[in-house]
Amino acid sequence: MNDTTPRTIDIVRAGLARRQRAERRFRVYGRLAIALALVFLSFLFFSIVSKGYTAFQQTYVKIDVYIDPAMIDPNNTRDSKVLSAGDYGGVIKQALRDMYPDVTNRRDKRALYGMVSTGAAFQLRDMVINKPALVGTTQSLWVPADDDFDMLAKGHIDRDLPEDDRRLKDNQIGWYDNLVEQGRVDKRFNTTFFTAGDSRDAELSGIWGAATGSFFTLTVTLLLSFPIGVAAAVYLEEFAPQNRLTDIIEVNINNLAAVPSIVFGLLGLAVFINFFGLPRSAPLVGGLVLTLMTLPTIIIASRAALKSVPPSIREAALGIGASKMQTIMFHVLPLAMPGMLTGTIIGMAQALGETAPLLMIGMVAFIVDIPGGVFDPSTVLPVQIYLWADSPERAFVERTSAAIMVLLAFLITMNALAVILRKRFERRW
Amino acid sequence: MTTILESTATQQTEKPPVEKTQSTAVRNEAYGDTVGEIRVDNPRIRCNDVNVYYGEKHAIKGINLDIGSNEVIAMIGPSGCGKSTFLRSINRMNDTIEGCRVTGEILMDEMDINSPKVDVVPLRAQVGMVFQKPNPFPKSIWENIAFGPRIHGLANDKYELDEIVKRSLERAGLWNEVKDRLDQPGTGLSGGQQQRLCIARTIAVNPEVILMDEPCSALDPIATAIIEELIDELRANFTIAIVTHSMQQAARVSQRTAYFHLGNLIEVGDTDQIFTNPRHQLTEDYITGRFG
Repeated sequence: MNDTTPRTIDIVRAGLARRQRAERRFRVYGRLAIALALVFLSFLFFSIVSKGYTAFQQTYVKIDVYIDPAMIDPNNTRDSKVLSAGDYGGVIKQALRDMYPDVTNRRDKRALYGMVSTGAAFQLRDMVINKPALVGTTQSLWVPADDDFDMLAKGHIDRDLPEDDRRLKDNQIGWYDNLVEQGRVDKRFNTTFFTAGDSRDAELSGIWGAATGSFFTLTVTLLLSFPIGVAAAVYLEEFAPQNRLTDIIEVNINNLAAVPSIVFGLLGLAVFINFFGLPRSAPLVGGLVLTLMTLPTIIIASRAALKSVPPSIREAALGIGASKMQTIMFHVLPLAMPGMLTGTIIGMAQALGETAPLLMIGMVAFIVDIPGGVFDPSTVLPVQIYLWADSPERAFVERTSAAIMVLLAFLITMNALAVILRKRFERRW
Repeated sequence: MTTILESTATQQTEKPPVEKTQSTAVRNEAYGDTVGEIRVDNPRIRCNDVNVYYGEKHAIKGINLDIGSNEVIAMIGPSGCGKSTFLRSINRMNDTIEGCRVTGEILMDEMDINSPKVDVVPLRAQVGMVFQKPNPFPKSIWENIAFGPRIHGLANDKYELDEIVKRSLERAGLWNEVKDRLDQPGTGLSGGQQQRLCIARTIAVNPEVILMDEPCSALDPIATAIIEELIDELRANFTIAIVTHSMQQAARVSQRTAYFHLGNLIEVGDTDQIFTNPRHQLTEDYITGRFG
């Protein structure tokens, strides 16, 4: 090397500052991207939680009810059939009239009756049927307030608005304030929200029906898509010959993963409901449709997991005379399981949040009863959110957000489960 | 059977063996017949005109070779000469490679292992394999050894299985090092220990032939020496075919040596003779380090 040739080290040093700058710049970009994502995420969480946390409380009103035998059980039979047919709504109305005897005109009376939920009558009926001796006594009852009063209690109704623009009139607000003065208004934990099905009355509506619907639907999805997906992946990856047919199958599986989910809903409607005659709105059909939707995700993830198992492990097992099946069952599958589970959980999380295909198969119906099995009509959490978001009552706004929180809690639980399972199965080689 | 054996053996010895005419520059297909004693008196495996193709590529070209009982035969040759491919065709590990085709006869107990009647499971239980890179299962040491005997039903209960595990580890010279941690993962051992674990796993099935594909190439000299000693001890009970890149290793552990070149079996003979007095020019060039 002579003096005119520059030394490599000098050239490298000259460019070093530029390289370091490029690296620093890249790190800044990365941090910015993460910060942006976090900002959006926290904004989302903040907006949902701030709107929805009030739904976990419900306003209750204490009323003194004289359980008038004339209205409930005029013949003094105390027979449960008679008791269940009693006019409990009338009893509640009477109690309210007794509390505000000065309300005489028809319109004001109706406004007064509107203070407590229609659910109060059912609550009273259940009480009396359980304990017929209550007939003829006066009971102090905490009953749920109507959703408008609930909103007033939670500060969602602006008292400064002109009376005509408000859902509650001046006299109603007056009664409410009077009840508060008497200590007859209380906010309690909203158990109804977690135990009831859907309802037209916001204060009586709950998420449990949709949650059970989601549970049944996802159970069907998991029970079908995991074994089918894993079996398909194992066969395609380990047994199937490499030829044109398997190529076509592979391409089609990849394409299926990109098909809009509503198309699966149409398919479900045409095949499962119209052709096979399965019941409409049932978690079974929902599960079948979501299985179709989830399968490509699971198959692709499982194949990738199988591919990542080092060939040396297969050779080791084959080399001591294990059959292909034994090699796969004892060595390949356990090693591929974490990846398969990850794919499955991603697919299930997708399925949990899926709305569009379920609209097509009738899971968007208004269903009050809690489904008792996979054949009962039901709805699912995201559809319930969609339905509530569509409802005009102010009280459904907070319930929508609360339902989103429940859905997110489900998702976080599922993901946590996936992480735990993966950690358990994970082995190094 | 014996008469056929003797006749082929005599045929081979009658041939004029010395043939040092070809130079290394000759890279055509015409390597001629294999030089040396391809047949032995008590063959465990007899290969007749074995060809292996990877798709269009002709990787192994018409190999005739006997692997004798209770001998260690070393297969040497430059990279890509097909020695590993040939080894893998002896227990049909090449089946797992897409587009790989084997023709010719590989006779074991007078049965062609490539015939459709032969199931690979009993074949591989009879002909075990140890690989280049130690590949213990990511499970406990005990599980590593017990897997083979269990799938083949060699033990009736846990106690017998424990016995097999112990005996196999003892024979592989690993028992004293791992007896206190049989429940620890096999992947946590050192490289040399892992390879001995793999050997123990292979002999736990009690095969008759063990194929070793460069078993020491990933190991340090001390671990290599231990494994070489082990191979020498195992010879009493097993027939061993070992592929190696190290000529010293071939010289140390084997009784016979086969030299492969571009898919051809160039020369076979007693190890001493091959390394001291090679009969083929290519063999001589290789062992003297002129190429390879």
